[in-house]
Formats: sequence, structure tokens, C-alpha cells
Amino acid sequence: MSSPAIPSAPGALARFFDGDVWYSFKNSPMAIVAAVIAALCVFLAVFAPWVAPHNPFDMAALNLSDARLPPAWVEGGSRKYLLGTDDQGRDILSAIMYGARISLFVGVASVLVSMIVGVGLGLLSGFAGGKIDALIMRVCDVMLSFPSLLVALLIDGVGRAIFPNAHDTLAFGVLIVAISLTGWVQYARTVRGSTLVERNREYVQAARVIGVKPSRIMFKHVLPNVMGPVLVLATIHVAAAILTEATLSFLGVGVPPTSPSLGTLIRIGNDFLFSGEWWITIFPGVMLILIALSVNLLGDWLRDALNPRLR
Amino acid sequence: MLAFILRRLAQALVVMLSVAFIAFMLFPYVGDPVASMLGQDATPEQREALRAELGLDQPFPLQFAHFVGNALQGDFGLSLRQGRKVSVLIAERLPATLELSLAAAVIALLVGIPLGVYAALRRGTFSSQVAMTASLLGVSLPTFLIGILLILVFSVQLKWLPSFGRGDTVSLGGWTTGLLTLDGWKHMILPAITLSVFQLALILRLVRAEMLEVLRTDYIKFARARGLPNRAVYFGHALKNTLVPVITITGLQLGALIAFAIITETVFQWPGMGLLFIQAVQFADVPVMAAYLCLVALIFVIVNLVVDLLYFAVDPRLRIEKPAGGH
Repeated sequence: MSSPAIPSAPGALARFFDGDVWYSFKNSPMAIVAAVIAALCVFLAVFAPWVAPHNPFDMAALNLSDARLPPAWVEGGSRKYLLGTDDQGRDILSAIMYGARISLFVGVASVLVSMIVGVGLGLLSGFAGGKIDALIMRVCDVMLSFPSLLVALLIDGVGRAIFPNAHDTLAFGVLIVAISLTGWVQYARTVRGSTLVERNREYVQAARVIGVKPSRIMFKHVLPNVMGPVLVLATIHVAAAILTEATLSFLGVGVPPTSPSLGTLIRIGNDFLFSGEWWITIFPGVMLILIALSVNLLGDWLRDALNPRLR
Repeated sequence: MLAFILRRLAQALVVMLSVAFIAFMLFPYVGDPVASMLGQDATPEQREALRAELGLDQPFPLQFAHFVGNALQGDFGLSLRQGRKVSVLIAERLPATLELSLAAAVIALLVGIPLGVYAALRRGTFSSQVAMTASLLGVSLPTFLIGILLILVFSVQLKWLPSFGRGDTVSLGGWTTGLLTLDGWKHMILPAITLSVFQLALILRLVRAEMLEVLRTDYIKFARARGLPNRAVYFGHALKNTLVPVITITGLQLGALIAFAIITETVFQWPGMGLLFIQAVQFADVPVMAAYLCLVALIFVIVNLVVDLLYFAVDPRLRIEKPAGGH
């Protein structure tokens, strides 16, 4: 009745490298390229304070005479600032790294929150059935009939109305809640579907017969068996969450201006488009596209690799 | 079928009421209207009088009913930021957004469906692969970046097209339209393309996938066996069945267009409802937010209803009443 012991770490690793998923990864050039780009982006973002050539938030180091310098390879550019500088003399490359850090943080955090909410409600819905199930699914239907961007904007707007003078931490919280509340529906539906299948399996019936508590059956026995599709969803969802965050920040209702994400950088750069300073907005945009595309491609690959019907 | 329509109507009503409820719940967060209207030195009696006059002393359900009643007449009060009637503000902005969304929808359909059919019929050729790759980009690129890139190329570099505003408009009895002037058309091109890219890519991919699915079915083989020319098989038989899911998605996307218009309108400073809404969110202008929300929800609900009804028109199988039980 106790769940099988979790295999020790080296055993699990060896099994992974022997397994189908690794094999399919090795044989998919697209997945490898996407993984390399994604890993590079994540590395630059996470270790921004250590690998960035400048600190864009260090007011003392900013030099206004360096403002609006073009990228190094364009005439008038300086070797010191590889991708040029913005209107306050901040190094674009460093700003992008720090911005990607914030974008990734918000993206991953909101995916985690929506995953927990969605998986929890999906399990409950599939396991309890009846009125609870009907209610949760109705709410899902309503949520799905509105575009997620609109829901996120609305929640963000409500957050702003409730806490008009929110400080930065709270602003981040509101933003993460806004993005995650639009994303949980897909998890809930996926998990509910798999739970409905799993709960009629023999092992669940056996557990029930020997008197295991329903909550224990739900989390110990059913949950591990419904997580596969959830992981695929989560991967693709990270890209979507990052794009939603970027969009909200671009619209000026996302992260607080003191910690600019990629979307904020693009918004700032947009003002300089007409004076010819395209690099202020284009490079953050390229970074955003690289992250979103590589994560999406990885998600696509993972979906195919985990789908036994496609093997 | 009547039962089906009634059930959908009831659902639509529930959705509208819940959205209205959410909108209504926003109001207490903007502060006490009595305090802001009377100022600091009002007597408690004056406050009570105004409270009663505004209906704020009534029980909660009655207040909500009052709100819904006003909303039904299009009355959402005054904008906190601009001090003008919300209904007037929205009515001014509505034509711009609708014209933009409509133009984007037309572009997405007129380009997306033929390209999708082409990509399916000429599967594996170079040009169809180019179309598929481009559509993948179209789905993953954020709308605001597409807009910025278009501005950079066509407005800043080439100086062909204007990049903000609606240009010259003509007023037709309260409805301002940019479709009657050359300048209005020029201003429309970039925003409409920006707004349409995502939907276009989506429709292209959907039509291609559906078409490939349909071309595999038996009745297509049978049509070929009858010796029908390719054109009749593809466009007379296959395309018709392809379009059923396309109608659903397109219908639902029409609502999404109005929502996505928020981004496009911000990039191009297009004076539509989206720009109004985003400013309202920035300044926590609750009456405007509430009104926009209810209006967009209404548009969504109507679009969903129409899509459901279109099903009956397109798919004859649905018109046969099913035996009792199940749906």
C-alpha cells in the first residue's frame, strides 16, 4: 500500500539517459538548438549580476554623455557598450540581462502558481464529481470564453484599484496573480480529464477498498499519474506567461518601473524609434522572441516525446 | 434546437450577470463617493441625506439591481479621470475599435483561408513550408513587437505610411469613420495588419490541418472515384467541411480581436476603446473599466451565440433533433 520507494538520484539519472526522452532529444536537431538557446538565455538572466558588463541600476556609474550610443558595429558606437546605450546612458546588453531576469522570474512564478491552483482544482473536480465538478468546470468555461490578456488586465486593474499606492513587492504579487489566474484553467481541465480516467483504475479501487483516505489517494496515488501532460503544459505556459508579462509591461501596467522587464525596456525604447535609435527597442525585442520561441519549440518537442502514440 | 438556443441564452445571461457583478464589486475600492462629493466639512446629516439620495443606504442586492438597471440603459456614471459621462466616452471610441477589428478580421480571413488551403494542397513544397514557418512566427511573436517592427520599416525607414492616429475622419451621424478618406485608409493599413497577424497565422494553420484531415476521408476518395475534377473535389467538397471549425475559431477570435486591439491601439495611438481602457487601468478609473468590461463581455456573448447558431446553418447534421437524453 505504501508508494514505491523513490529511486535514488544516480539510478534515476542513468535511467533518464537510457530512456526514450533522451533518445528523442538526441535525434531532434530542432530540440537541441532550442535547448541551447533557452539555456543560454536562462544563464544570462539568472547570473546577470555576475556576467553583465555593467550594472544598469547603479546611478553613480551612469554617464549621460554616453547616452544613446549606437551598437558597437555601427558608426559612432563604442566598444564599451556592445549593443549601445539608452537615453540615460545605460548599457543595453546589461539592461537586457537584468530585464530577462525579471521576465523569467515573473513567468516562472506565475506558471508555478497557476499550476498549483489548476492541478488542485482539477484533481478535486475529477475526484469529487457532482456539483463541485460542475461548478469548477462552469467557471473554467467562462474563463476560457475571455482572452487571457483581458482577464490579466482586469485583475491587474482591480489590484491597482484596491492598492492604489502599492509598493514594488505588492505590485509584483498582483502581476503574478493576474497572470496565473488566467492560466490555471488549462491545467484544471487536463488534470480533471486524466483524473476521471485514473480514478476507475484498479489501483485506486484497491486503495479505496483497503481504506486509504480519499485525500491520500488523491495526492499520493492519482497525482503522480496525471503529471505528465501537466509538465508539457507548464513548459509551453512559461513562454506564454513571459509574453503576457511583456505585453502588460509594454502597456504600462506590468512590473513596477523601478525593476524594468523586457516589456518595459521595449516600451521605453518605443519612444526613441522615431529619432532613429532603433537599438533601444529592437534588442530587448529580439531577446524576448528568442526566449519565447526556444521555450515553445522545447515544449512542442516534449509533447511529442512524451506522447506514446507518436512513438 | 429551441431548447438548445434557450439553454445558450440562459448561459449567456449568467455570464453577463457575473461580469456585471465583478464590475459592480470594483466600485467600493475607489473610495467613498459621499466623502469626495461633499468634502471635509459636511455635517453627518448632509452625508446621510446624500447617501440616501445616491441609494447607498439600501441593502446590497438592491444596490446591485440598481447598477444593473443603469447598466442596461448604458449609464455607468462619470469617468473619475475625465469627469465626463462614461457612455459618451465609449460611444466616441467605439467606431475606431470596431473599424480596426473588422479590417483585421477581413485581412485574416481573406489571406489566411486561401494560404491554408494552398499549404494543405501543396504540402511539402517550398512555398508551403515558407508559409508554415512564417505562421509559426506569427503565432509566437507578441503583437506589440510586430507593430513596432512595422513602424520601424514602413514609417521610420521607408516613410511610406503614417504610424499613429486615425488620420482624417468623416462623421456620419455620430459615427466617425476613417473608411471614407484616403488618409483614413493609409492610417488603417499598419494597425490592421498588426492586429491581423496572429489571427491570420492561426486561421492558416487551422485551415491547413482541417483540410489535410478532410482530404483523407472516404467521401473525398469517392468523389475522386466518380471522376470529379480536382477543383470540384477541393472547393466543392473538401473546403465546405473544413470551414465548420474555422467558423468557430474565427468567431471566437473576433472577440479576441477586440481585446487584442488594446495592444495595437497602444502601439499606434489609435483612439479606440482599448486605449481608453488601458488608461483607465493605469489610473484605476473604475467606472470606465466597468463599462468597458460589460461591453466587451456583451460582444463576446453575442459572438458566441451567433457562432452557435451558425453551426446549425453550416452543419445539417445538427438540425436533426437527437433522441432524448445526452447532448
